[in-house]
Amino acid sequence: MTDLTDLTLGQMTYALSQGEFSSRDLTQAYLDQIDRIESVLSAFITLTPELALKQADKADQEWLIRRKQGTLEGSPCLGIPIAIKDVLITNNIPTTAGSRILETFIPPYNATSVERLLDSGMVILGKTNTDEFAMGSSTENSAYKTSRNPWDINRVPGGSSGGSAAAVAARMTPVALGTDTGGSVRQPASFCGITGLKPTYGRVSRYGLIAFGSSLDCVGVLGKSATDVAVIYQRIAGHDPRDATSTDRPITTFNKVDQYRLDGLKIGIPKEYFIDGIQTEIVIAIEHAIELLVTLGAKVNEISLPYTPFAIPVYYLIAPAEASANLARFDGVRYGPREKAEDTLGMFQKTRGTLFGQEVKRRIMLGTYALSAGYYDAYYGKAQKVRILIRQDFEAAFQEVDVIAAPVTPTTAFKIGAHSGDPLSMYLEDIFTTTANLAGVPGLAFPVGFDTDNLPIGMQIIAPHYQEDLLLKIATAYQEITDWHLKKPPLISI
Amino acid sequence: MSLTLDEVKHIANLARIKLTPEEIEDYRSQLSAILDNFERLKQLDTRNIIPITGDFHTQIEIRADKPAPGLLLKDLMRNAADFDEDQFCVPPVFE
Repeated sequence: MTDLTDLTLGQMTYALSQGEFSSRDLTQAYLDQIDRIESVLSAFITLTPELALKQADKADQEWLIRRKQGTLEGSPCLGIPIAIKDVLITNNIPTTAGSRILETFIPPYNATSVERLLDSGMVILGKTNTDEFAMGSSTENSAYKTSRNPWDINRVPGGSSGGSAAAVAARMTPVALGTDTGGSVRQPASFCGITGLKPTYGRVSRYGLIAFGSSLDCVGVLGKSATDVAVIYQRIAGHDPRDATSTDRPITTFNKVDQYRLDGLKIGIPKEYFIDGIQTEIVIAIEHAIELLVTLGAKVNEISLPYTPFAIPVYYLIAPAEASANLARFDGVRYGPREKAEDTLGMFQKTRGTLFGQEVKRRIMLGTYALSAGYYDAYYGKAQKVRILIRQDFEAAFQEVDVIAAPVTPTTAFKIGAHSGDPLSMYLEDIFTTTANLAGVPGLAFPVGFDTDNLPIGMQIIAPHYQEDLLLKIATAYQEITDWHLKKPPLISI
Repeated sequence: MSLTLDEVKHIANLARIKLTPEEIEDYRSQLSAILDNFERLKQLDTRNIIPITGDFHTQIEIRADKPAPGLLLKDLMRNAADFDEDQFCVPPVFE
């Protein structure tokens, strides 16, 4: 029998519509896989198997009705399982943001992105591990556990959506939601050999996303292939009156008729992304990937994004500044546990000092400093100005080319503990991903090879605002003629 | 750019975070190293740039101020560490 966890979303939907197997069968196949390897990978903070089977049975009832009525079209997600990063609020399902300060939090409502998936009949398998408040690149900052990379369990899966990425790569879920503030969907997708989309800022509602950097946060999708990612993206994208930054621009979908040709597409290669110290195998894999896109009709130009080297200081001033304000709400009053103290101020200080982790406190401190009297202009104000220069880099580049292709990270997945005790070295890992967040443009990471340690190598493509369809089309074309995205980690067959 | 221990304590106080003496020393050295690295921003001439906070592409849409069903109070209160009916309870603010 076919392994159900190998199927694409399209194949699953077709089989469910035909009654070849049920949503319960499909959900159970993923729950079995979770049973087999979750103890090794630690991808989830909360599992919801009973709820999942209940939702699956409901979906099966719905398919039954549709088969009787002959209305089988237009339900691409009905009965398909998904995992949700634990920074997205889920009604009556614990949501911790990877933090002790939300250990007891059971939300009374759903994030809009989650609500839309449930409205589509999707089945929630559980909440995936994340660096605390999505602050990190490895899941090592989770207060609960460090997730493992299915390709090498001594290495990180990336972060902060590392639990989502590990779960998809290890076939514990077909798709997952993540969030990307500075690369937190693209980097773990790259480390785990899967496809991850960070949409345009404002394209997907953040209502119910526990805020980190409000001018940067995006809800994204991780899946085995670009076509799977496209299905989920189209369900969650769109205007939401409850998020003032969400746009009502129409969502464009790529045209399947011409998806396998890229004639006339102009790809820009930014020289600043091929720096000293980048792993040679990554450069070679990306060159090969671009050569393949050229065989499909694309043309390549070298371009320059001269302010790229300044992205890290700009990002690590703006994001912590916004975080220091957003995380002020966690004070032991409205949600989560509380530390005892004589007075209210003492209770705030003790609760926050005890229940926030080291990295969260470090970033709140950094952000508070950057916003404080006497330093605002020199740090936060300066970073805001340089952010404009970075955005202008992209605007100028997109006058010449349609998309930009670049590495996602300077290295493949690093070993657990490799950056511990040296936060700056961890921050510098985000050099290639923070730029898209600062400019607000969409980016897509997908696998383009493996290094000699058999670790996945990813490439990212970046498009102008609201052109997610173009990114998905290019990656789909690439995945039609390659099989990197079909490779399975050795762990799966254990 | 080197922060002093007093500056770190001042920031922690502004951020309402109680730190241990070890944390104060760790953050002093780590934040100093991070800010040192960020000094390179100063080499850029940004005199003619007007800073904009937030994203630049998104038109912020304010929704109409119409009453609509909201969340139930009891559902919102249940997550609080200490509450009395519809009020959050905290330790004394004043002596």
